[in-house]
Amino acid sequence: MSDHNITLAEDAIERKTTTINLGPTHPATHGVFQNIMELDGERVISSDQTVGYIHRAFEKLAERRPLYQITPITDRLNYCSSPINNMGWHLTCEKLLGVQTPKRVDYLRVIIMELARIADHLICNSIVGVDAGAFTGFLYVMQYRELIYEIYEEVCGSRLTTNIGRIGGFERNFTNTAFTKLEKFLKEYPVALGELESLLTRNRIFMERTIGGGPISAERALNYGFTGPNLRAAGVDYDVRVHSPYSSYQDFEFEIPVGKTGDNYDRFLVRNQEMWQSMRIIQQAYNKVQAFKGTDAEVYHADVPEYYLPKKEDVYTKMEALIWHFKIIMGEVDMPKGEVYQSVEGGNGELGFYMISDGGRTPFRLHFRRPCFIYYQAYPELVKDSMLSDAILTMSSLNLIAGELDA
Amino acid sequence: MAISNEYIQQKLTEKFGDQVFNFEDTYGMLCFEAPKELNLKVLQYLYDEPSLGFQFLTDLCGVNYPEMANRELAVVYHLHNLVENTRLRFKVFTPVATPDVFTATQLFSSANWMERETYDFFGVNFVGHPNLKRILNVDEMDYFPLRKEYPLEDQTRIDKDDEMFGRG
Repeated sequence: MSDHNITLAEDAIERKTTTINLGPTHPATHGVFQNIMELDGERVISSDQTVGYIHRAFEKLAERRPLYQITPITDRLNYCSSPINNMGWHLTCEKLLGVQTPKRVDYLRVIIMELARIADHLICNSIVGVDAGAFTGFLYVMQYRELIYEIYEEVCGSRLTTNIGRIGGFERNFTNTAFTKLEKFLKEYPVALGELESLLTRNRIFMERTIGGGPISAERALNYGFTGPNLRAAGVDYDVRVHSPYSSYQDFEFEIPVGKTGDNYDRFLVRNQEMWQSMRIIQQAYNKVQAFKGTDAEVYHADVPEYYLPKKEDVYTKMEALIWHFKIIMGEVDMPKGEVYQSVEGGNGELGFYMISDGGRTPFRLHFRRPCFIYYQAYPELVKDSMLSDAILTMSSLNLIAGELDA
Repeated sequence: MAISNEYIQQKLTEKFGDQVFNFEDTYGMLCFEAPKELNLKVLQYLYDEPSLGFQFLTDLCGVNYPEMANRELAVVYHLHNLVENTRLRFKVFTPVATPDVFTATQLFSSANWMERETYDFFGVNFVGHPNLKRILNVDEMDYFPLRKEYPLEDQTRIDKDDEMFGRG
């Protein structure tokens, strides 16, 4: 629009910028995020972030807890995909203790982690849809996330903060019901995912809202420490599952989808593709798990008496088991000395655990590398000169999880 | 293919002599140390040297070792060469009385918040940081909570006979 023939008074409101306070609790930010934005009309000039509203001092808490008590803390990092955090933590402990997990455990873990990835991406992508004006998709796919939560429930008893698995494996074997539910999910979910895609992917309104919004180049993304789908959307094919395989990811065949421009649309597409790849991985893992027959199919944990709780009936009848049970629960087991860094591909990036053990019973220092804490600092750069409504969309397409950001 | 730890060690020793020391292999990851004055030089060298190319800052965090005189605080960098897929860990130590360490924000934009976090929890003063203020804690806080001098409440029961548990 041309305004060359309009003369504005010196103190006209059109010449002034507006400062608005977006958050910390605002329905559009999907979490506790505060942004103080300077706007010129509807255009964002600058954005100043405040984080830490739900900081719970996890790193400090972890210094006084035995290893198994830290697992519930990790639940509360990225609560959209708690099982990945739990598994990452178990893998860190296993690396420090030198525990070798059986293949079946690895495959079961892969199933759980990929289900969690789907749940995570599903929330994020459907929320992007909500912020672009399509609420239906979000509400519709929730019943498919429910299928995933029912599988968690069958495996570990809880849904959101799962505390799933133990050091060395799982607390109990997967039941037949769990596998039946998994089959149901494998059958029904692709249809729903296809529907979500047909609702949004080639939808003209959605495309025009998201293409070109919040873009980032590969160089800047790397410099900002982006990982996960956000980095891949910018065109860098870095995936921890492939680069440093853990939990036998090297046994699976899958592709790493990459984008090009790193904008909201590419991030959406990358996540969608990753969900299809996760389905592939789950199917392969399920086939591998089904191939275990007889006693092999009963294996669900490694033999780590110092950290893996013995069976309840043994605790009541055997001396050894009772001693171990007591020592584990009271945190009376000394850990080996060492420093270990283990990372997993979380829902939104590389989730790292850096643990220093001084040979005591609790970690001397535990640091979580939280992916969204690191990439959220790029937000002002991403939204500069975009419209306020697109800034909201950019925030949800970054997949920011307040619980993880603030640790 | 991955760069071998021996090669990295050799290159670093060639460049910095005995200024880089305490080389260690921790669960496959090379770990070493340098004086805090050299942190930027080492990071820059690891970044620029074509055969090393550690251009991705995975993680930056602080550690407090109250027992070690004049090296109470550590700043730990985890670097990653994404092309060759090699990681390394690099540490600098600083006395708690003068916790000044040069900032890495010029090299890595991602260091900005991670250094603020380290300042927030350990009080490491990153010299040259564009906006060094608290990030997760409230601005009014006047101590650095992750230092070991602020212990958490003891979880162990006081009615426990320590001798019975091999502690006494």
